Amino acid sequence: MKILVLLKMVPDVVEELEVAADGKSLDLDFLRLIVNESDDHALEEALILKERHGGTVTAVALEAPDIDDVLFTALAKGADRAVKIEGADQTLSTRDAAGVLAATLPAVGDLLPADLILTGCQAIDDLDGFVAPLLAQALGQPYLGLVARVAPENGKAVVAKEFAGGVLGEYEVSLPAVLGVQGAEKPPRYVPVAKVRAAMKSAEIETVPAAPRPDAPSYEIGEMLKPEPVDRAEMLEGDPEAVAARICEILSERGLL
Amino acid sequence: MAQAMVLEDTDLTLDSLLETPAGRRALSCIQCGVCAGTCPYGSVMINTPRRLINKLRAGLIEEVLTSDDLLTCVACYACWAKCPREIRLTDVLLPLAKEQVFLNLPEVPAELQSALESTLRYGNPMGESPRKRAAWVETSEVEIPIMRDIKRPVDTLWIVECYTAYYPRGQDNARATAKILSALGIDFAILGNEEKCAGECARLVGEAGLFDKLRDDNMKVYEKYEFERIVTSDPHAFDAFLFLYPPLGLSVPVEQTTPFVARHIEQLKPKLTKELDYTVTYHDSCVLGRHNGYYDEPRLILDAIPGVEIVEMAHTGINAICCGGGGGGMWLDTFYKAKGYDRLSDRRVKEAVATGADVLVVSCPYEVPRFEDSVKVLGYDDRLAVKDVMEIVAEAMED
Repeated sequence: MKILVLLKMVPDVVEELEVAADGKSLDLDFLRLIVNESDDHALEEALILKERHGGTVTAVALEAPDIDDVLFTALAKGADRAVKIEGADQTLSTRDAAGVLAATLPAVGDLLPADLILTGCQAIDDLDGFVAPLLAQALGQPYLGLVARVAPENGKAVVAKEFAGGVLGEYEVSLPAVLGVQGAEKPPRYVPVAKVRAAMKSAEIETVPAAPRPDAPSYEIGEMLKPEPVDRAEMLEGDPEAVAARICEILSERGLL
Repeated sequence: MAQAMVLEDTDLTLDSLLETPAGRRALSCIQCGVCAGTCPYGSVMINTPRRLINKLRAGLIEEVLTSDDLLTCVACYACWAKCPREIRLTDVLLPLAKEQVFLNLPEVPAELQSALESTLRYGNPMGESPRKRAAWVETSEVEIPIMRDIKRPVDTLWIVECYTAYYPRGQDNARATAKILSALGIDFAILGNEEKCAGECARLVGEAGLFDKLRDDNMKVYEKYEFERIVTSDPHAFDAFLFLYPPLGLSVPVEQTTPFVARHIEQLKPKLTKELDYTVTYHDSCVLGRHNGYYDEPRLILDAIPGVEIVEMAHTGINAICCGGGGGGMWLDTFYKAKGYDRLSDRRVKEAVATGADVLVVSCPYEVPRFEDSVKVLGYDDRLAVKDVMEIVAEAMED
């Protein structure tokens, strides 16, 4: 079983996000990037599948700040190969990133065909979750998103896909396929820092040049704005009795009681 | 009693330990079982230090290293303090064994995983923004100089540490400490957002690689500045600076805030004018007490405060029961509960309540959240408050 996992860096919202001086991008001085959470789940699911069915896991990422740490961490967790795609514009839209991946991956030695290409089903800067379906389309492979479980068998995979209200749908998909992972069967594993440091000494990240962007940019960001704070909230202060009485008054004034 | 001492060999492993004097001493264990008898989890732990050493001698150590049982050790130094052979258990043998356990763990308990990942990424186990580490400074009555801003040498570098800097009740301790340092006229400054966790718990839970990284990162920051001493609010950081950082070049005197204030108590006494009317009982921090012998200093401070009467718990001094937060225990409550173990902080709070005290006084920033949780869970919040020594001192200083 040959599995490819696509990892991507997204803004870490532990820090406040700031708009850069150009008014249409995030200020990278005030920002640290972190691996996209559902991509981390995709990696975990890939490692679980490898442990269960054998095979190899290759972690692939477009160049980004701190991406080497993420790829070495993937190797320390049990990935067999790490590939970094260099030279792509780091402000690519989701659609263009999928285009670059689709054009680059086939050119990398011994990478495709893979039985499965797993990635996160969405990211905080791609809530539509378009990377995986666009890549699947470009590679001519089937796609399923919001995946919660994968069971490969004889050139096919039974895939559980999550729906609202905790309902799971079971699908059969022919391989190779691209899957957008919502959550792995268990939370992403911890890897001791010593193992990551050992991977940095003993393993290597392969670097490959990015294929040129296939078309002109599909869209551009016009403007980026922070939400404006407004003073519509009324804070009630005082002892609980008085606050409760005031809440009753407000509700009754607005005809809600 | 074993001697607290610097761990010179930064590359020591469980295998190489046995070639050293400390390792040979461990193998001289007389199997008396005092360690298991004094261990707060001795009744539930399978591989107590006695058994661990026995298995080591019998070639059965893999049994210990492939089980999660050693996570039960909360690094309280009870076995270390009482071993008649003076074997370096808590500071050397147990962390080296736990390092192997940690590498073998099929799954790291979730809360611990999150704390370790956050410490690696953000420099604090809560996962708070490193840029907000000094946010509490805005709420301090006295000015808090920050090294990067003042650009001059200081007498005292105050390492605030994670729980004191971020945890809301810890910040009460930070504000109190600032008030005291200022009243004493100490020329101090903090590192602000350049400060990171000292990493002692990472080492004692077995995540040695994380400790090494934090120590490397911290030493690079400390080397940028000039200071005559370090004072830290956290006994765990204090211990790391004393015994684990010197091989990397940290050589200034290090004090924890409680012994530091005790050393200045005569100077502070004229300012302690407010009558507090508290009956207090003091919980000896494992690191400050058993590992470093500071039993009298906190009591000396409490004795100097008008209106404070001290009563002692059944287990005190060298026999004090651990709060359960050391050695990673801070983030293993769910793990222990799943195994059916008692929460040690509950056990301790029951002892405090039995004294009739109305304040349980502590000197470690882990203890406030641990004991306040237990006080609430056990339903004693109408009769027992938990306060740091620094908070009590600041309270007694008239504004």
